[in-house]
Amino acid sequence: MTAITDTPPRTAAVDINDISKVFGHGGGAVTAIDGMSITVGTGEFLSIVGASGCGKSTLLSLVAGLDRPTTGTVDVWGHRVSMMFQEAALFPWLSVGANIEVPMKVNKVPRAERRARVGELLDLVRLTGFERKQPHELSGGMRQRVALARALAQDADVLLMDEPFGALDAMTRDILHDELERIWQEKGLTVLFVTHNVREAVRLGDRVVLLSSRPGRVISEFPVEGERPRRIDSAPIAAQAAAITDRLREEVSRHA
Amino acid sequence: MPDTDVRDRDRQVHGLDALELQPQRGANEVGPGDRARALWSATWPKLVAVVLVLAAWQAVVWSGWRTEFVFPGPDKVLPTLFAEVTTPEFWVAVQVTMRRALTGFALALAVGVVIGLAVSQFKPLRAAIGSLITGLQTMPSIVWFPFAMLLYGISESAIMFVIVLGAAPSIAGGLVSGIDYVPPTLLRAGQVMGLRGAQRYTLLVIPAALPMFVTGLKQGWAFAWRSLMAGELLVIINQQNSIGWALSQARQLNDADRLLSYIIIVLVVGIVIDVFFNWADRALRRRWGITA
Repeated sequence: MTAITDTPPRTAAVDINDISKVFGHGGGAVTAIDGMSITVGTGEFLSIVGASGCGKSTLLSLVAGLDRPTTGTVDVWGHRVSMMFQEAALFPWLSVGANIEVPMKVNKVPRAERRARVGELLDLVRLTGFERKQPHELSGGMRQRVALARALAQDADVLLMDEPFGALDAMTRDILHDELERIWQEKGLTVLFVTHNVREAVRLGDRVVLLSSRPGRVISEFPVEGERPRRIDSAPIAAQAAAITDRLREEVSRHA
Repeated sequence: MPDTDVRDRDRQVHGLDALELQPQRGANEVGPGDRARALWSATWPKLVAVVLVLAAWQAVVWSGWRTEFVFPGPDKVLPTLFAEVTTPEFWVAVQVTMRRALTGFALALAVGVVIGLAVSQFKPLRAAIGSLITGLQTMPSIVWFPFAMLLYGISESAIMFVIVLGAAPSIAGGLVSGIDYVPPTLLRAGQVMGLRGAQRYTLLVIPAALPMFVTGLKQGWAFAWRSLMAGELLVIINQQNSIGWALSQARQLNDADRLLSYIIIVLVVGIVIDVFFNWADRALRRRWGITA
């Protein structure tokens, strides 16, 4: 499929132009992001890593249009953007199927079509037949897959992910990496994936952007080498992750 | 990707799902015997409680604390109760009282929801009357009756007025805290999905607030029922038959058997409604997955 690292530059899906974000005023003002520019190509899987305080959640809110940058601009070129969080944030009173229907109700998709789409999306995340379950009946990994299906039900082609696998055990996380990679390729999504976990970033990303903390700035970018599907425990992934981790540690010690 | 790889992954995902799901312990094997046993284990403590109360009651009567004329035992009261429930007058009384209860509660519900929504929406309003709502909840509703009778005379409206004052604050309070405690993660998810305006309420805020709202309803009902009983004892409208009227009649005629019969009926109605609210509460919690 697409998304081999040495393909020519793609058209941009997301343009982040020299943005800054300041919370508060005067003496108590906190600069979360300062002069950050990132371009994400259409169909690219971009991993964003940084230590605490790198403004990554702020960054995703800005891209999602939930908030405005203090200066600079964010362009998504008419793409539809959806977002996933560390918590699945499913509505506990709705069944799995009804949860996936919510964004379609917002988009006024007719009922029959919604039903059909729910079936397709559940097949996609390998939860066929779980339509009538309640979220609390599922495991954490399954809930995240429902959240992914719900995000995709928004008909978005840009998917923002804020540490979506942070709360899962290693085994489940590995399998969800495979699943996310497969779905990203099948759907031709553009993904901005924020994580603390450098190996995860390298395992998944076409490119890894490393952010500084307080304020958040881009320190450097690392194109990731390696054929897909990748394995998180393979030697090339480990070696690239080690290099990025070194750089990240340097950044963290700067705050000592 | 080779086909075998795809199949492997499929098996891994399904295997992990199967392991992580809690095994359903005999969910499909609930026979009639099991159901009967469950019913019995839920019922016998209640039966024991009834027997204990009856025994204690009879013991007090036998102790000769009061003459049987003013404090009859269950052997007198229970037959009177059974005789009473077979008369048409009794059912008229129950009907009148329950109609008042439901009308009053419906009014309180409407007022409570409007106030609750307004308070949760407008910050200044919350500052102004938020604590007033809590204050009203602590007021014994009976103190409103003299004022209510001044406003509405000896009429059903006076009773309704007090029921609304008694129950609406609890209902509004339940709604406000339900809306306040909608988990922020859900609000954020809703925002990302583009839930706005009315849809934000119908699809997210109201269902999320429902469990606490039901708790408020339950409390509101308790206040409504108390206010109504107080009202029927105080505000006697043209000798109209009602449970409260039957109580005060029985007292005037020194008919202790009937008096105690009606007290039991008031208790039973309270318990029945409470069982209903508990059932609603449990059903909601089970669906929400917050059963302890």
